[in-house]
Amino acid sequence: MRVLRASASRSNASVTDQQLEENARTFLGLLRRALVDGSVIDHSGAEWKHVKDFIATLSRQRAEAGFTPTETATFIFSFKEPLFVQFRKEFSGSVTDLGDEIWRATVLIDKLGLLTMEAYQKSREEIIRRQQQELLEISTPVVRIWEGILALPLIGTLDSARTQVVMQNLLEAIVSHSAAIAIIDITGVPTVDTIVAQHLLKTVAAARLMGADCIISGIRPQIAQTIVHLGVDLTDVITKATLADAFQIALRKTGYGVAAADRPRKA
Amino acid sequence: MERIPILKLGQFLLVSIQVDMHDRLALSLQDDLTDRIVQTGAHGVLIDISALDMVDSFIGRTLGNIAAMARILDADTVVVGMQPSVAITLVELGLSLPGIRTALNIEKGMDLLHASRDDQEVKEILSASGEAG
Amino acid sequence: MPVAKQVSMPIRSQEDVVIVRQAVRKSAIEAGMTLVDQTKIVTAASELARNAFIYGGGGTALIEQMEDGVRRGLRLTFEDEGPGIADIDRALTDGYTSGTGLGLGLGGAKRLSSEFSIWSEAGKGTRVTITRWKA
Repeated sequence: MRVLRASASRSNASVTDQQLEENARTFLGLLRRALVDGSVIDHSGAEWKHVKDFIATLSRQRAEAGFTPTETATFIFSFKEPLFVQFRKEFSGSVTDLGDEIWRATVLIDKLGLLTMEAYQKSREEIIRRQQQELLEISTPVVRIWEGILALPLIGTLDSARTQVVMQNLLEAIVSHSAAIAIIDITGVPTVDTIVAQHLLKTVAAARLMGADCIISGIRPQIAQTIVHLGVDLTDVITKATLADAFQIALRKTGYGVAAADRPRKA
Repeated sequence: MERIPILKLGQFLLVSIQVDMHDRLALSLQDDLTDRIVQTGAHGVLIDISALDMVDSFIGRTLGNIAAMARILDADTVVVGMQPSVAITLVELGLSLPGIRTALNIEKGMDLLHASRDDQEVKEILSASGEAG
Repeated sequence: MPVAKQVSMPIRSQEDVVIVRQAVRKSAIEAGMTLVDQTKIVTAASELARNAFIYGGGGTALIEQMEDGVRRGLRLTFEDEGPGIADIDRALTDGYTSGTGLGLGLGGAKRLSSEFSIWSEAGKGTRVTITRWKA
């Protein structure tokens, strides 16, 4: 208990003595079951599943409580000391036996301790993945800016995977809004490489096949240069420097015009 | 043998492809449509492919043939309702469906047919008065 | 590479081509592919199955669901014992056709797949294998 307490108090969050004792008790109980039912050397059997599950859960709980993965692993490693004390008593007669037992126990506990690290890492990766997904959804909204006209303001660096998802969303939106025109604005895109340019062109082609059209706007001078350097052929696509210009074209194409409100239109 | 039903909508014909077509069925659609255009003197054909989750080169070719034959019979063709994933795949495949007009849905398809019909008539009137004048 | 599941189907008629398409769609869904990826491989399968039937005089389609550690995918093999393709490179070029088509079949199927391989010998037959990995 002394060592366990030491590992717990090193962190900035706290675990009560009671919780610590409960965790230790459960762990030892599961460990004993596994050692009796299963193999001491081979820990991949089904008998060890409960121990592994316990460790994964403990890892997650400790991580959520603010413990570092090292602290959680130390919890497991701290079982070595009391175990070795026990071994010294039981195997005081034979040094070889003592050595063997200590080695087996060390291998086992090290493995279990490492499992806590693995569990921690997995949960971090899951968080990152989820955040990436959310970021994707937030940063690529398709906006209906007029009857039958959609705008897709792209923000940030585009990679192949993200661009594909974004383009699919745009095409789905064209269907659900029955939009005649979609304006893809790339003002917020710092660089465009060949892959992204190809995806953009493919999206325009796909929209045309479906019966709608696309205008690409927000092409900054640097991007225009890059596109020419890359040899991408944009002759088939309407491109405008600003979203406003693109909007005007879109209005005209869909049969609308804009007039000042307080002045009657000249005949 | 099953055949794909063709509906008459005013001066237009409407075909809605609801089944996964094998080649023979696609070919019989081609024949049936051509017959009906002649029979009814239809000015336009609307092909609704919103239920198709795949268009391969054969189906693409069939659509192209239908449009070409309709053209010869003085009818326009508009293909409507292409699904986004089908469009993306066709672009990847390199199939561009030349000579085929497309629209997002039947309503827009009809607008297209009407508009091009109007254009057609205006042209004919102008060229007729040109000759007479 | 471990094959999780496999299905073999005959291509002896036009109806079989449709059945193969539908089986590929089902397998692609099982493999967890996005709608676009499903459509791509189903379209490629349609081209190749048709080729096996029309040019190969009939054949078989093998649908295998693959699991390579983390990634999953679908591998399709179309085999026939037909006359074979004399000039494969030419057949892969768009617009080339020995039949009445636009000729986008073989080249198109290649473009729609992650991996593509073809074996053909005049008088012996043809075997085309395509793989699409879940992105």
